[in-house]
Amino acid sequence: MSTLSTKKASGKGKMYNRGAWKYAIPAFIPLLLLSVVPLSQAIWMAFTDNVAGFNVKVKFIGLENFHRLLGDKLFWASFKIGIIWAVSVTLLALVLGFGLALLLNQKLRFLGLMRVLSLVPWAMPPVIVAIMWNLLLRPTSGPIDGILSFLHVPGAKTDWLGDFNTAFPTVILIGAWVAMPIITVSILAAIQGIPMDMVEAATIDGANAWQRFRFITVPAVRAITTALVALNIIWNFSSFGLVFVLTAGGPGGKTFVPALFAYNEAFKYGNFGYAASMGVVMALAIVLMLGVYLKASKREDTQR
Amino acid sequence: MSISLNTPAEKKKRKYFLIPTYFAVICYVLFLGFPFLWMFTTSLKSPIELLQLDQSFIPKGFYWQNYQDIMEKRGLINSAKNSTIIALVTTVITTIFAVPAGYAIARLRKVFSGAATGWILISQVFPVSLVIIPLFMAVRRVGLLDTIWGLILVYLVAALPFALWMLKGYVASIPMDLEEAGAMDGASSFQILRRIVFPLLLPGIVATALFTFLNSWNEFFFALVLIQSPEHETLPLTLARFMGSEGQVLLGPLAAGAFLATIPSLLIFGIMQRKLASGLLAGAVKG
Repeated sequence: MSTLSTKKASGKGKMYNRGAWKYAIPAFIPLLLLSVVPLSQAIWMAFTDNVAGFNVKVKFIGLENFHRLLGDKLFWASFKIGIIWAVSVTLLALVLGFGLALLLNQKLRFLGLMRVLSLVPWAMPPVIVAIMWNLLLRPTSGPIDGILSFLHVPGAKTDWLGDFNTAFPTVILIGAWVAMPIITVSILAAIQGIPMDMVEAATIDGANAWQRFRFITVPAVRAITTALVALNIIWNFSSFGLVFVLTAGGPGGKTFVPALFAYNEAFKYGNFGYAASMGVVMALAIVLMLGVYLKASKREDTQR
Repeated sequence: MSISLNTPAEKKKRKYFLIPTYFAVICYVLFLGFPFLWMFTTSLKSPIELLQLDQSFIPKGFYWQNYQDIMEKRGLINSAKNSTIIALVTTVITTIFAVPAGYAIARLRKVFSGAATGWILISQVFPVSLVIIPLFMAVRRVGLLDTIWGLILVYLVAALPFALWMLKGYVASIPMDLEEAGAMDGASSFQILRRIVFPLLLPGIVATALFTFLNSWNEFFFALVLIQSPEHETLPLTLARFMGSEGQVLLGPLAAGAFLATIPSLLIFGIMQRKLASGLLAGAVKG
């Protein structure tokens, strides 16, 4: 986790503010009470038969929840959807965001407008994003279908969010729309941090545009891209609001992401312990994905 | 292509790229901006116009009743009040706790700061659908279920780690030499914090506070689990419920409410612009 964790967080040289530790107390106590304790409880709960309701006797049942979860085909279907969702949204947003960052770095017209627009999706609450795309994608009155039928493209009058084949890809596209701004702005900042004389020197040495992109721009944005991909996988794998309002998991469970599954298990059926075991499995999956990804990107780093 | 120079040869070469470049620009502008504009124009259309097939982008008239309808009849004003109180209180408390702690994490010995940073990262990996279960039980135990105070408590849990993460990054970017100079001049550790670190950290604090505000203003999942009565609902809850029921037919008021709920977020973004992203990830790269 080289890029994410602290390489040399502090202790560079001497510590000049020796009294600093006491400022940590007022935040570490709530952090401990409100973050460490509940999270530990959540993990503990995954090993119990906890159910909703007052004064229920809670029993430690070992790995029983996980055992049951292993055979829960519906959960693993949802788990698979979650992985596809997290990876596709991240990759699509990365490609779109990188492209937009490259455009924003050029001297073009309408740059100011584009800059502002590129941030809009980020500012919007997920529920509003869902409402907005729902308005756009309506099969009878939405403009997307209006445009498609105007262009005589097949696919007009499709119920994009209700059709078995189109619902998941459509939701992924909307997810990427939401994820794009952070990626765009961060990559743009990295590109603009490239020293100009480096580019000039490369040009004088005869590097063409593609070579400059390949050997200057790409390495310059590598570190930030690694962090962005990792964060986006974390955020998206357990995201809830957007999909809940857009499709509520439908049609026919095609967009039933694991956060929805765990939510239903806990707050619809009241199986707190079982739902907690799903959460633990999701957390483990995220850690595993991050581990593999960060290791791979580190290896690539040392190879060049 | 990403980095352009202004030599004549380069300029000539770039001319061939202009048409595809501007085509890409137009695509991006439409993709990013059109959905929002469509929502806005929908909010101005009358129910009769919204019933028609193949609607035009520009409304045939300005039907402001949609706004009146969503605000007065559907309780949007009350939800906006709840959302504002919740987001403000969460932001103030989070900032009060996070500023000194963020400083300490950035400047303390490796062992402490490593443990704290490790915890912050771990807490980000836990899915909210897991975290909510013990929090729900805790809030219920103290009798704050279905109140805005219960929701504030949970938002503190969610906001604190990330606020610490952001502030740690900002503190790390303040040169240690300045504090050294302060110590040389005999300033106490509190004076160093107040007179030297705080002024330099202020932009970072503002960014963190705005980000915290925005996150609680936009939050949906915790509110969905913890709030049941309509009078305690936040904006996203009210709008999501409305969309699941009458909103399917009343598209005008739905769009009007959605538009109104976005305005505060957009205003905050206007203020922060690019500072936000750099601060957000400062912790990730500067370490």
